Amino acid sequence: MPYPHQLGFQDATSPIMEELLYFHDHTLMIVFLISSLVLYTISTMLSTKLTHTNTMNAQEIEMVWTILPAMILILIALPSLRILYMIDEINDPSLTVKTLGHQWYWSYEYTDYEELCFDSYMVPSTDLKPGELRLLEVDNRVVLPMKTPVRMLISSEDVLHSWAVPSLGLKTDAVPGRLNQTTLMSSRPGLFYGQCSEICGSNHSFMPIVIEMVPLKTFESWSSLMT
Amino acid sequence: MLGVEAQKPPKGKWTTAPFDPRFPNQNQTRNCYQNFLGETWGAGRKSPDYHRCVKAMNRRGKSAQPCEYYFREYRSLCPISWVQRWNQQIQDGTFAGKI
Repeated sequence: MPYPHQLGFQDATSPIMEELLYFHDHTLMIVFLISSLVLYTISTMLSTKLTHTNTMNAQEIEMVWTILPAMILILIALPSLRILYMIDEINDPSLTVKTLGHQWYWSYEYTDYEELCFDSYMVPSTDLKPGELRLLEVDNRVVLPMKTPVRMLISSEDVLHSWAVPSLGLKTDAVPGRLNQTTLMSSRPGLFYGQCSEICGSNHSFMPIVIEMVPLKTFESWSSLMT
Repeated sequence: MLGVEAQKPPKGKWTTAPFDPRFPNQNQTRNCYQNFLGETWGAGRKSPDYHRCVKAMNRRGKSAQPCEYYFREYRSLCPISWVQRWNQQIQDGTFAGKI
């Protein structure tokens, strides 16, 4: 979950998000190296009394500063594409959950067995209990079994919304008339928060998502309690 | 369409709709719709989805029990509101799909 003065991403909850964190570290390191090289170059150029006024050609350095950036870009592209294809791997989901965006709440449907559906509204700030997070808590959380691949099918009943959970590395648009699929796999139990990520009207900032990952037994008893 | 009994989940193992290689990408709209349809595919046609399966079985005078697989599949995939809207349209005779 997010915390005050946070600088980086939230802790990863799924293997894909872990990969994304590593990729981000890798790419940011390249960015820092290039930026510090450029900063150093600028500072030395500005602080020298020496001049050079008769440059006619610079074939060698031109080669270097063309080939080297191309290699750096390949170095960034390869892990990026690896993760992209990893996200698209065929897996065998054990559960399908549908989520539908409304103005301004989410509704969830678990229809593999019985028809279990419920709405998930944000808890207003005036009704928060001590320790709860402002603008992030909901009345009914999405309870899911951990360590199992879950197929999420996301759509909308009115306007565009977007279902996002940063610590799982998920963000999928909810488009009316379209059913978008994403796969969810959490490595650990816990509560994971997200917010609607597509402008959808006045309460766009007030329709959060909370996923509660629990052991399979707990999930089974929760779902029999809810139906 | 079918009696209440046939609308109940059938016996046997069912976890969730399996991966369908006809719909490998993110957009699963057609997967849901295709599984909901299929009422009246006769013999020799492709992909006998739920309603088409039912109609074909009824035409041949057989029990529609095997069609339950497709029922479960579209039930898992399609949003409840879509299914209700389509069923209402079928009842009203305004459903646009080929059944």
